[in-house]
Amino acid sequence: MSNIPDGLRYSAEHEWVSGPDADGVVRIGITDFAQDALGDVVYVDLPEVGTEIEAESTVGEVESTKSVSDLFAPVTGTVTARNEELDADPAKLNADPYGEGWLMEVSVKDPAQVEALLDAEGYRQQVG
Amino acid sequence: MTVSTTSRHTVLHEEHAALGASFTDFGGWDMPLKYGSELAEHHAVRNAAGLFDLSHMGEIRVTGEQAAAFLNTALVGNLAAIAVGRAKYSLLCTPQGGIIDDLISYRLGDDEYLVVPNAGNAGVVAQTLQERAAGFDVTVVDESDRTSLVAVQGPAAEAILLELIPAAEQGQVTSLRYYAFAGATVAGTSVLLARTGYTGEDGFELYVANADAATLWAALLEAGEQHGLIPCGLASRDSLRLEAGMPLYGQELTLDTEPFSAGLGPVVSFTKDEDFIGREALQALKATGTPRRLVGMRGRGRRAARPGYPVVADGRHVGEVTSGAPSPTLGHPIALAYVETAFAEPGSTVTIDVRGKPEPFEVVALPFYRRPQ
Repeated sequence: MSNIPDGLRYSAEHEWVSGPDADGVVRIGITDFAQDALGDVVYVDLPEVGTEIEAESTVGEVESTKSVSDLFAPVTGTVTARNEELDADPAKLNADPYGEGWLMEVSVKDPAQVEALLDAEGYRQQVG
Repeated sequence: MTVSTTSRHTVLHEEHAALGASFTDFGGWDMPLKYGSELAEHHAVRNAAGLFDLSHMGEIRVTGEQAAAFLNTALVGNLAAIAVGRAKYSLLCTPQGGIIDDLISYRLGDDEYLVVPNAGNAGVVAQTLQERAAGFDVTVVDESDRTSLVAVQGPAAEAILLELIPAAEQGQVTSLRYYAFAGATVAGTSVLLARTGYTGEDGFELYVANADAATLWAALLEAGEQHGLIPCGLASRDSLRLEAGMPLYGQELTLDTEPFSAGLGPVVSFTKDEDFIGREALQALKATGTPRRLVGMRGRGRRAARPGYPVVADGRHVGEVTSGAPSPTLGHPIALAYVETAFAEPGSTVTIDVRGKPEPFEVVALPFYRRPQ
């Protein structure tokens, strides 16, 4: 049974999104379900800080020994930070997908877009 | 995740489930993909040992006075030339030279062989051998359903086996050479113990009756634990064989490929006494040469090539990737690809179109990984 914390929002493409902070910035990662399905991650390709990303567009990729998956932007906005530590230690993504394995931070254009994502219960039903 | 209701289970399926395996369909079988981390499984085989359930592989017994002559007609290699107790890698080809399967044959006696095809091809190989047996004094029996196969692979494999083998039999294990086999008693079960494998490491494959498979599996897991052995799934099996430069049927080898492009020319014996199926076509191919060759490639960047990706040089498509992954042992991407012969020499530089972005790769000699002697 995969770990799906309450209090986060989820996309159908298996990303999690934190609630926006005071500046309207969210943190984004992939879910425990996704990291398990991918297998051991060996390389993560993330957009540069400052990149404008569009919800549901491909913004990067997560590569494991056996497969590679596109990373979809769950929201529209501007990348304000990315987890540079994943470059040297991509295994963090498997070990702690909701913590040290976070991917990037995005200043969202429209906070309502975050609200419209699945809640933990909705995502739980999807991955059943 | 899709749940298939048609995939077959090996007799060890319950053991895998209890060990927490995630499963994948392979060749019509529901097989362990990994038990925990596939990288940890890969490294265990390189540094200690791994235990694999390979019971999905086929086992076909060929018996009769003309067994050697028959196999020399049905397969491209010279199976009559190997001694009893030795194994040989060979190919089953169509009359046009296309590869139906790659398989290993064990010579059990002067008049008896065990032929081991890939899981997905076991049925067609058994049927093809039956058809080709017409007119020969041989019987061809598909024993796949009653035979299990487990492999212990890695530098600690021999030490692990010795813990489970009676003292009187230990000498024949330590003296067993690569591609040789012997009957042995392992954890009280009667096995055909072969020093063969698909990982690039020292190791053994143990053919055992279904009824004894669970006993053997449990004993190997237990005895292996202190040597660092862990159960390993098909994900690590694939990355290990790729590092060892070994072809996989369905990727490097297909009905549309032939031995010479695949670098398996030496497997074809034109000097054996018997005429064999595919001979004429293969002789012609050998004389004319092939337009493409299977080569190893090393990525200069970090993004890995995957099956089907185009190989590009001089601004045009010159080949296609058949297998590719980030190499866990080497730390850079590796790939197998068919390329035009002009680009097949080690040192050639090409690009591979990795989902729309060109990535630099260099042709390198195979294998990518060779175990320390």
